[in-house]
Amino acid sequence: MEATEQTPIVEMQPMLSPWRLFWQRLKKRKIAMTGGIILIVLYIIAIFAGFIAPFRYDTTHPNAFFHQPVWPEFRGLRLVVPKTEQLAGDYSYQEDRADTKPLHFLIKGDSYKLLGLIPCSIHLFGTGDDNYPVYLIGADQFGRDIFSRLLYGSQISLSIGLVGILVSFSLGLIIGGISGYFGGGMDTALMRLCELVMSIPALYLIISLRNAFPPSMSSAQVYAVIVVILSVISWASMARVIRGMALSLREQQFILAARAMGQSHLRVICRHILPNTFSYVIVSATLVVPYYILYEVVLSFLGVGIQEPQASWGLMLDAARNTEYLQRFPWLLAPGAAIFVTVLAFNFLGDGLRDAADTKQI
Amino acid sequence: MWQFILKRLLHMIPLLLAVSLLTFLLMALSPGNYFTTLQQNPQISPDTIARLKAQFHLDQAWYVQYVFWLKNVLCGNFGYSMAYKIPATSLIMARLWNTFLLSFTALIIAWGIAIPLGIWAAIKKDSWVDHTCSFLAFVGLSVPDVLLSLLALWFAAATGWFPVGGSESSLHDFMTPGQQFWDIVYHLILPAIVLAASDLAGIMRRMRSCLLDTLRAEYVAAARARGLGEGLVIYKHALRNAINPLVTIFGYSLAQLLSGAVVVENIMAWPGLGRLTIEAFFAKDSYLVVDSVVMATALLVAGNFIADILLALVDPRIRLK
Repeated sequence: MEATEQTPIVEMQPMLSPWRLFWQRLKKRKIAMTGGIILIVLYIIAIFAGFIAPFRYDTTHPNAFFHQPVWPEFRGLRLVVPKTEQLAGDYSYQEDRADTKPLHFLIKGDSYKLLGLIPCSIHLFGTGDDNYPVYLIGADQFGRDIFSRLLYGSQISLSIGLVGILVSFSLGLIIGGISGYFGGGMDTALMRLCELVMSIPALYLIISLRNAFPPSMSSAQVYAVIVVILSVISWASMARVIRGMALSLREQQFILAARAMGQSHLRVICRHILPNTFSYVIVSATLVVPYYILYEVVLSFLGVGIQEPQASWGLMLDAARNTEYLQRFPWLLAPGAAIFVTVLAFNFLGDGLRDAADTKQI
Repeated sequence: MWQFILKRLLHMIPLLLAVSLLTFLLMALSPGNYFTTLQQNPQISPDTIARLKAQFHLDQAWYVQYVFWLKNVLCGNFGYSMAYKIPATSLIMARLWNTFLLSFTALIIAWGIAIPLGIWAAIKKDSWVDHTCSFLAFVGLSVPDVLLSLLALWFAAATGWFPVGGSESSLHDFMTPGQQFWDIVYHLILPAIVLAASDLAGIMRRMRSCLLDTLRAEYVAAARARGLGEGLVIYKHALRNAINPLVTIFGYSLAQLLSGAVVVENIMAWPGLGRLTIEAFFAKDSYLVVDSVVMATALLVAGNFIADILLALVDPRIRLK
């Protein structure tokens, strides 16, 4: 920081804003860009989940428990879907290749709300006949299409990380900023609180906080509760780092200058201290989002997160707990793969962001 | 040094008190208690339940319960598990041993593989070894515990090479000591590997970057300039200086592992502290919950504490105050 301030202005290259420099360095990192693109695609899919999914998350098909994946196939130039019939009792199904129906695009099906607002019933693809279902990944223990549920589940998993980070990092930024800037008794008290929160194993703290709420709540309530819990547990580590940065920043001359100009404490914190921590904040946010996603998965997996019939990746994985099911119907693990891809993409992006934000190495 | 240790131990007391108070408060906020489900059982008379409630002080306010619990703890009595009907201490100690067993095996696996791999990747920077290792590290960091445990269960069930969960077979008590040992090892391998996998990736990446950093240092160039062999340069000069940050990570991963591998223990039915705590949470076995959370916190803090001491032992520049 100081080194750049002291370099003579004459030698400077054409002025690039720090963000532009950051972006230029990031663009060079293939892995980070791959991660970013995967994430953009995933988020777009999540936003239009209702449209892309052939069924609703709670549409059950009584004759299709644990149905194996059924893929449309080319018959000439048309995509067709075979009819499947259940063999006596045993969750095995036979495809009847002679009896097929064409796959239609933009077909009417289950009703849903596009973007959560506009009632709609047009789906990207489908056959329009439940006897000829398209199960791209298979069906679960209630005969629900796993592909559709994965898409609906992604709405929860992908958004909970972002919302959680927004809440907890704002908390961490404000508390850390105040604590480091003012110091003194408030600083000591806040940092003791941080230590308390950080010294309890995270998962125990999450579950004891979850336990303090009634076990059965509506899905929206559970969602809010999970966000609150995640924020409660993770503001502390953020606050500590921001405090450390604020401690060193407040000794810098530009802060003194700002104070001398008569700016209020709040303004100094918000306009001068916190912006200087942003590159750290953005990088660590990207690296922390996966943890949030995983905590939601674990909570739902343990049965205290999102409740049936709502779809969530953790809840869906719960069905794979039964080893007998797992052996016969391996597609129950699909949500695990979805979690893996999402977390991997976040790690790719976060790793690249960290390198790009690190001005020491070029 | 001793002063530092004593100071840190004294620091732990208010921390643990605060943790227990917080856990009590949260348990009190949670609707219902252990006897809520028992009340619906027509075979148990309301009188019995009232008597049991009074016995466990559950009919009183949470702070009264807390004071009662604290008083007993000072006398060495950590309360009674309502679900298991035995003292919480003996229950926790039995489970703690299992958690230690699992954690240390995982620790040995993770570090035993990660350190050599990290060194190898750093020495062969930008070769296929390095690229494979960093790809695997990304995969390892991104596979959720839940998925890996389920895959391990699937693998065990599909091949039949490993037991599907549990820590010992049903005939364990009838075996000779030698057989008992192998029985435990046989049950331990799979959960330990799953637990090690997530740690392994992080340690390897860290080892690689630390060693790369020191290899750029001037004393390494100096050592090479003096004509020392590459092996000597790396192992005697670079590696010894690169290991410091890893000691910190060691303490951190020790702390993480000690406080219980909740997910792995739950899915793979390993009877450790993590599983006990989750079960106690769901059964609302309040004293057991508080005891295990306090225990896990103490272990977490102790792990970090060990890390500090280890670092001071390894690095003579660090003085503990």
